[in-house]
Amino acid sequence: MRLNRSNLCWLVLALITAAYLLFWALLLGATASYSTPESWLKVLMSPEIRHATWLSLVTCSLAAGFALLLAVPVGYLMSRREFRGKSWLDAALDIPIILPPLVVGLCLLIFFQTRIGKLIELAIPFTYQVSGVVLAQFVVAAAFAIRTMRGTFQHLSARPEDVALTLGCTRFQALWHVALPAARRGMVAAFCIAWARSLGEFGPILVFAGATRMKTEVLPTTVWLELSVGNLEAAVAVSLFMVLLAVLVLVVVRATGEKV
Amino acid sequence: MIQLEQLTWKVAGRTILEDVTVAIPANTYAVLMGSTGCGKTTLLEILCGLRHPTSGRMLLDGVDVTHLEPRERGIGYVPQDLALFPGLRVREQIGFAPKLRGVPPEELNQRVDRLAEQFGITPLLNRLPDMLSGGEKQRVALARALAAQPKLLLLDEPLSALDESMRAEAVSLLQRVQSEHTLTVLHVTHSSSEAAMLGQMHLRMSAGRLEVESKA
Repeated sequence: MRLNRSNLCWLVLALITAAYLLFWALLLGATASYSTPESWLKVLMSPEIRHATWLSLVTCSLAAGFALLLAVPVGYLMSRREFRGKSWLDAALDIPIILPPLVVGLCLLIFFQTRIGKLIELAIPFTYQVSGVVLAQFVVAAAFAIRTMRGTFQHLSARPEDVALTLGCTRFQALWHVALPAARRGMVAAFCIAWARSLGEFGPILVFAGATRMKTEVLPTTVWLELSVGNLEAAVAVSLFMVLLAVLVLVVVRATGEKV
Repeated sequence: MIQLEQLTWKVAGRTILEDVTVAIPANTYAVLMGSTGCGKTTLLEILCGLRHPTSGRMLLDGVDVTHLEPRERGIGYVPQDLALFPGLRVREQIGFAPKLRGVPPEELNQRVDRLAEQFGITPLLNRLPDMLSGGEKQRVALARALAAQPKLLLLDEPLSALDESMRAEAVSLLQRVQSEHTLTVLHVTHSSSEAAMLGQMHLRMSAGRLEVESKA
């Protein structure tokens, strides 16, 4: 094949992409080769890390579930209705994505010191509790789930819902019987993206729920705690485990046809 | 009988429909023609309640339905893209409206089977929309609309996706459906041959205004 200017352009772009991927492969390879699989297994079986793993799986699932419950109605509204101030609301929904994570934690902490926050805590205590871990994960994960569901509904034609209205549906019934079954792949993707985002959440959890071993310690907290006492081997084992979980989520999301 | 009285629809300062006034007698097959973008689909959407007119009113058998919800009007709508429900099998598509209205399962199945037989789609009842051809989808969309037992059927270019050989068959199916179900039909089309074969009443829309070319 003759190397004309166009081919040369594609070749340069491919090399840039390959260099970036190689950089990531080297990062993960170096981390993986830091210790042996036996030592990873030993670390992962310790009671503290088993607890952190279990707590991470439970809290991420709860946060992703709540995020999806919020994302479906908000995403549907944002994709189907035109109203004054929509672009402002759209921007506001993305605030948790652009806000520094520690600031999110600080906002939560301060909110629960206000009168309204204290009233809420009379019913459900959040600060430095497991429920606080879920809330901190939810606050950020929901923004990602809303973005995914909004995109899903935007890609689906509103026509079938219109026809459902003429066939006897209320708007709620059209959403329930027509839009939601059509959006189920997007819902799986939104749940997975929210779950993955929750798994990586660290800053807000540290500030709002603390890092108490066997209580509010989740996997990212474990990495930080182990690093802070110089136990690099344990931090590496937990990090690799999180990489594995993230890859699994990515595979599921890609299988639904959505993109992270 | 369907009566439109000075229906007007404006959006963002533009007049899309202007003083649309017409009366279509009951059990009439009316055909509406007009150039692309002249407001035909908008008119159908206003008739079935998906859009609200800026002014004017619409009466169906003497009852003012202008401010009724789409589900309260008893109007069937088959849009141009047919809009079959993704993920629902043909049986569920046809049974959608009767099920919503709480028709008992036995009667619902009978109604679905009867319509499927009438439209020649009985072997397709367990198929999903993705597994249907253009002609099959069109039949399913019609059967789904008729299962709701509408008084008025609105068809937005329902034959546009069919090739020439299937179009003649579809035309005779529509004629048969209209007479068997004693329906008033408003059919939007670009094809003058289609209009000549089906229409008992001919309407033309131009720049948002409606003219009656020939009465039933």
